[in-house]
Amino acid sequence: MSATQLTAEQSKQRVVLRFDRVERAVHWVNAALVLILIVTGAALYFTPLIALVGRRRLIEQVHLYAGLSLPLPLLLGVAGSWGRGLRRDVSRINGWTEADLQWLRGLVDTASGRRQAAPRPRLGKFNAGQKLNAAFVAGGGLVMLGTGALLHWYVPFPLSWRAGATFVHNWLAVTFVIVIVGHITLALADREALRAMLGGRVSRAWVARHAPAWLDESAEQQQ
Amino acid sequence: MTEQQPFSPDGSVGGVSDGPLSGPPGGRAAQEPWSKPIGRRTVLSLLGLGALGTLFGSHVQAGISSLLNSVDAGGIASLVPGGGQFTIYTVTDGYPAAPADYRLRVDGLVERPLSMTVADLQSLPATRLIRDFQCVTGWEVTDVHWVGVRLLDLAERAGVNPAASAFRFTSFDGVYTESLTVEQARETGAIAAYSMLGAPVTREHGGPVRLYVPDMFGYKSIKWLSRIELVPQAEPGYWEQNGYPVNAWISGHAPAQAA
Repeated sequence: MSATQLTAEQSKQRVVLRFDRVERAVHWVNAALVLILIVTGAALYFTPLIALVGRRRLIEQVHLYAGLSLPLPLLLGVAGSWGRGLRRDVSRINGWTEADLQWLRGLVDTASGRRQAAPRPRLGKFNAGQKLNAAFVAGGGLVMLGTGALLHWYVPFPLSWRAGATFVHNWLAVTFVIVIVGHITLALADREALRAMLGGRVSRAWVARHAPAWLDESAEQQQ
Repeated sequence: MTEQQPFSPDGSVGGVSDGPLSGPPGGRAAQEPWSKPIGRRTVLSLLGLGALGTLFGSHVQAGISSLLNSVDAGGIASLVPGGGQFTIYTVTDGYPAAPADYRLRVDGLVERPLSMTVADLQSLPATRLIRDFQCVTGWEVTDVHWVGVRLLDLAERAGVNPAASAFRFTSFDGVYTESLTVEQARETGAIAAYSMLGAPVTREHGGPVRLYVPDMFGYKSIKWLSRIELVPQAEPGYWEQNGYPVNAWISGHAPAQAA
C-alpha cells in the first residue's frame, strides 16, 4: 500500500511505471523478430538484394522460423501471473472511449487544415494512434502469418489462392514497413515515451500531459 | 531489486490493486462510462481483408500489373509488388558466370554423348514458344518468348538407351539440380532455351542456356544448365529435396498423376 500513499508533493516528483518488464521484453523480442523478417523478406524479394545476399534456401529458413515464432512472445507474455500488466494493457488498447474518437477527429481536422489546434481530450494510458498501431500489428501480423503459412505449405491450395496470398503478403509487408517507420519516427520525437519502453518509466508530468485519464483510473481504484 | 520502486497507477508494482479488470464490484462501468471494442474490430477487419485478398487478390494483382506495365514497363514496376516482372532467384552467392569454355553436355544412358557450344545448340532446329512463367510462390510473368531445342530432339540426337526413363539436369552454379521424366518432357515440350524475352538468356535468368518446362512451376526450369543426363529413374532435384513436390504440374494445366 505504501507505494500509492504519496503526498501531492511527492506525487509530482515521482516517476510512473508505464511498461513492466514483461511488456518491455515482449515489445523488444517482437521488434527483433520483425526486423529479421523485414531484412530476410527483402533479401528474398528484391532482385538486386537477392543477387547480393544469395543463399536463398538459408534465408528462406530464417524467414520461416522467425515468422512462425512471431506470436510466441505475446502469447507467453499474457499467459501467466507475470502477464497481468500486459493483459490489462491489451484490454485498454481494445477499448475505445469518446475521448479517443475526439483525439482522432482532432488529428484529422488539424491535418486537413480545418482546425488550427486540436482539442486535448482527457486520454487514458494510450492514445488512438497507439491503439490503432497495436491493433494493426496484431491483426496484420496474423494475416502475414496466415498468408506466409499458406505460401509455405501451399500444396493443398489452388493456384489462385497462392497468387492471392502472395498479393496480400507483399502489400501488407510494404504497409508494415511504412507503419514501423512511422512508429520509430514518433518514438524518436518523444524521447520520454521511448524511455518508457526502454526503462519502463515516465514522469508524472508526462502522464498528466499525455494520459491524464490513466491517473484518474488508478485514483478511482484506490477509493 | 535495490532501486526505488516507482509509483504505478496500475498498482503493478508493490501489488497495490487488482486494477479495472478484476477491480471493485461494478468498478469498470463506473470508470469507463463509454467504451467500444474498436481494437478487436480492427483486428477482425484485418483478418477479413486478408482472407478476401487471398481468395480474390489474384484478380486485383493482375489489374495492378497491367496498369503498371502500361504506365512504366521497366523502372517502378520492378520494385512494386507484383509488377508482372520476374523475381530473380539464386540458390548460391550471386548469379554464377558461365565458364569461358562453356559446353552443354548430354550424356548418361546415351550412345553418343554430346558436348555443345551455344553456337552448336543454335544450329539445331529451334522451337519457339510464347508461354507464361509461373512461380510456385504465386507470381507470374505472362507471354514470355522462349527459343531453344526440345529435350527430346537432343536425346534423339545423342541416341537414347532404352533403359533411360528420365532426364537429370545439373547447373554450373554447383548446387541446383532438377529432373524430368522422358514422358513429361514429351508432354510439356520442354526445351533447353538459349533465348528468352527476345534476347540471349542473361546471366541473371540462367544464361547462356537454361531449361524451360511449360505447364510446370518455375523451379523445374533449371538455370545455368550445364549437363543433361539420361538416367534410369527421375530423382528429386534441389528444391524437391527441400520440400517442393517432384510433381510440378501447375494445377488445372495437365494430369496431376503424370509424375
